[in-house]
Amino acid sequence: MSEGIENKKVPREPLFSKKNKKLVTEPLADNNPVTIQVLGICSALAITVQVEQGVVMGGAVLFVLVLGNLIISLLRNLIPSRIRIIVQLVVVAALVIIVNEVLKAFLPDVSEKLSVFVGLIITNCIIMGRFEAFAMANKPWPSIMDGIGNGLGYAGLLILVAVFRELFGSGSLYGVKLLGSNIPGEEWGLYTMGYVNNNMMILPPMALIIVGIIIWVQRSRNKSLIEEH
Amino acid sequence: METTLDIFIKAIFSENMIFAYFLGMCSYLAVSKTVKTAVGLGAAVIFVLVVTVPVNYLLENYLLKEGALEWLNPAWVDIDLSFLSFIMFIAVVASIVQLVEMLVEKFAPALYGALGIFLPLIAVNCSILGGALFMQDRQYSTIGDATAFSLGSGIGWFIAIVAIAAIREKIRYSNVPAPLRGLGITFIITGLMGMAFMSFSGIKYADDTKKKAKVNVADPNTNSSITVDPGNTLNAAVGNTNIINKED
Repeated sequence: MSEGIENKKVPREPLFSKKNKKLVTEPLADNNPVTIQVLGICSALAITVQVEQGVVMGGAVLFVLVLGNLIISLLRNLIPSRIRIIVQLVVVAALVIIVNEVLKAFLPDVSEKLSVFVGLIITNCIIMGRFEAFAMANKPWPSIMDGIGNGLGYAGLLILVAVFRELFGSGSLYGVKLLGSNIPGEEWGLYTMGYVNNNMMILPPMALIIVGIIIWVQRSRNKSLIEEH
Repeated sequence: METTLDIFIKAIFSENMIFAYFLGMCSYLAVSKTVKTAVGLGAAVIFVLVVTVPVNYLLENYLLKEGALEWLNPAWVDIDLSFLSFIMFIAVVASIVQLVEMLVEKFAPALYGALGIFLPLIAVNCSILGGALFMQDRQYSTIGDATAFSLGSGIGWFIAIVAIAAIREKIRYSNVPAPLRGLGITFIITGLMGMAFMSFSGIKYADDTKKKAKVNVADPNTNSSITVDPGNTLNAAVGNTNIINKED
């Protein structure tokens, strides 16, 4: 079988062809998994109080998505279509267990804060969505690229939301006090002038509103994304 | 201890799956265009949560938890299988959803007509797995509490999706700025509804007042040796100062 293909001398697609590059760059903005495809909202909202959690969660999803896409793509001709959902769930669950054990061992504090949301990567719609829409129908290499693109698009949005929430909610970024300190007795920075943190930002509803505003900005810059109700 | 009723009410309002934890947001946003479909999906979520959480509770307590295997063989008391819980829970959820779908199709065709297309969707709804993981995290003491939690969470999810669907049906006639149409405005409305639901967190549950009583007693500023019985919620509600004034 392989000889036949070689004899025809089909020009091999270069690893970083335009098409493959597009698979990575498109989900970063114009086809963002969260704001355009509306996938994986749950975790995007719940764990964006601090940038650190956002980075860890984004990394975890990127890892699961890339490896999962690769595995599903390799198995795509072996999986009977009737039970494909269960097969996909088992692949994701196995990868998520690895992530969870690694986080518990090396980043115990972050793992504590993420609590059930690491487990919920299993039902993160981005992962199942990309398996169904891409990995089941494409070769391994493009699937990896697609996984990287969507994983980065997801992580990017997570970090963007987390930057707003941490900066205005706690006055810090990645745990570094940027705006000064408000510990009574040793205030410095903006807090000496009467600045107060916006506690609303830490509460869950503001995550929704920030994502809503990001969608607003994105769609007013790119009119083709506007929905007809 | 929290009573079963507390757990139930808490799960509906102050710990609402959508507004406090954002679980099941994907289907919440995708299937909330009309009230009719929202009711169907909401009912299916209640149903599946009430079935799967108790099953996962048994699994957790008799198979996965550290020492859970003791009932089989006392020598296995040190075995901790909890790292397997993700894969077990999701397998249980997926297979129960499949089973429920087949049973409902066979024995209740009318219900199947109403829920049918939503049941497969639910296997990958975060709120179902989330329910199981929260149950594991909070370690409910009895299966009754776990069931009350799952029923409450399901009802909370149902209320949330039906409410947003009703709002979205009406907002179609409003003049929303074009870039916000559809997804954007739905996010913002959900945020506002979440703020409204946060006011439920002011409800005092029995366990909260007890905690307060203990805190008041331990307050170092009072310099008094009064001990308030933690069960005496009236004293706790009246507060520490009144009691001290009486003594003075």
